[in-house]
Amino acid sequence: MASTSVPSNPPSKRSRSDAVWTVLTALAAVSVAVALYLSLVWAPTAVNFTTETERLSQRIFYFHVASGWVGFFAFFVTAVSGAVYLITRRRRWDAVALSSAELGVTFTLANLFSGMVWAQTTWGKPYPIEDPRINTSTIVVLVYIAYLMLRNAIADPERRARLASVYGIVGFLSVPITFLSIRIWRTIHPAVIGTGSETAQGGFDLAPDMVVALLFSIFAFTVMYAALLRWRLKLEDLRDQVDGLKALAAGGDR
Amino acid sequence: MAFLRKVLAIVWKDVTAELRTKDIFSAMAVFALLATVIFQYAFDLRAENLRLVLPGVVWTTVTFSGVLGLSRSFILEQDRGLLEGLLLAPMDRSAIYFGKLIGNLLFITAVELLLLPALSILFDVWLLTPPILLFVALGTLGFAAVGTLFSAVSINTRAREVMLPILLFPVMVPVLIAGVRGISGLLDGEPLTDLLQWVRLLLAYDVVFTTTAFLLFDYVVEE
Repeated sequence: MASTSVPSNPPSKRSRSDAVWTVLTALAAVSVAVALYLSLVWAPTAVNFTTETERLSQRIFYFHVASGWVGFFAFFVTAVSGAVYLITRRRRWDAVALSSAELGVTFTLANLFSGMVWAQTTWGKPYPIEDPRINTSTIVVLVYIAYLMLRNAIADPERRARLASVYGIVGFLSVPITFLSIRIWRTIHPAVIGTGSETAQGGFDLAPDMVVALLFSIFAFTVMYAALLRWRLKLEDLRDQVDGLKALAAGGDR
Repeated sequence: MAFLRKVLAIVWKDVTAELRTKDIFSAMAVFALLATVIFQYAFDLRAENLRLVLPGVVWTTVTFSGVLGLSRSFILEQDRGLLEGLLLAPMDRSAIYFGKLIGNLLFITAVELLLLPALSILFDVWLLTPPILLFVALGTLGFAAVGTLFSAVSINTRAREVMLPILLFPVMVPVLIAGVRGISGLLDGEPLTDLLQWVRLLLAYDVVFTTTAFLLFDYVVEE
């Protein structure tokens, strides 16, 4: 009696979505491997750096930019899904917002740490306080850690989804203003290391092959994000099923 | 006009309650003064350093003491079961938001009117000039606008007032930067006309987040 009423998708629908999921995951694995080859082997070495370390660490750039882009895009998805949740009240959108926020924190941290490794080799210090991008990344990570903490602190699912959506929207709107404020701050206070290094960073001419490697890395990371998002949503579905079964089991006991 | 009357009714309610208990103001004011004294020891200030750290001291003290008051704003309603009453009142819920926002602004401004002269005396730098007050006022508006919304969010969480600064401070960074940079510039003798981009940034922040908070407040208090 209990086992027949377990909620589940109709088999045909589920197998089709599983197929899409498998293809997406495979595509992500292959394209990240290709992106690794393109950015570490195939792309030409930057010519204008003086030391070997600087030339090699320039290759961080491909994955650094890709993870930064995916992080920002993930937070955009969180904000939009939050807004859609507030309008439609469908739990699925909240699950998308949560999954995307977790992925966004992961990718932004990858962006931040790869940037710090590069900054150490090229600028001579891991955390250049005068650089607007690294500061913005740090603050954005803190915004979304607060988002995840807020979710953890609310037990009721409906209330959690509603308040997290509100915070996801406000948090996302603050990102461009934060970036702008740090950038104005810096143009007024030109830093000794910052100005020289900005030219060093912009200084390597993007050869056409470098552009190809960069664009492909961004593509690969975006596909990886989409695959991971699907995995994470699957996990949320399974959690729901477990909760449903637990409720059924508890009901059967009584 | 009817809307404005409802907003003012909520402001009047909060101010009257506050005048009778003085809970929020006394806590904020004492905390602010304690913070200034602690900063003085922490930085072990010397004469040539004053102007360098003072803008930071102003804003950290305003935000830290402000968060104390903001966190009480909705908790008192919730503890006494008054929030349901407010929500049942026949009015647009944004009236509650604006009423609470104005109330919070009044409390924080009152603390600032105590804090700025105190800092001026302790640090021997006169802070009560119109340009500095402009920066303080614009920054406080942005702080209270987001803070009032998040205060309503945080009462729904398990840790309640512990949650508010965690939610609020990362979103507050532009106000801090613009506020600190503006006051630093003024103390360094830059004319206000050179600092207009910071005024514009604060204005933009205030407009964007007051509007956003007003639009989203309904979703926070609904149930």
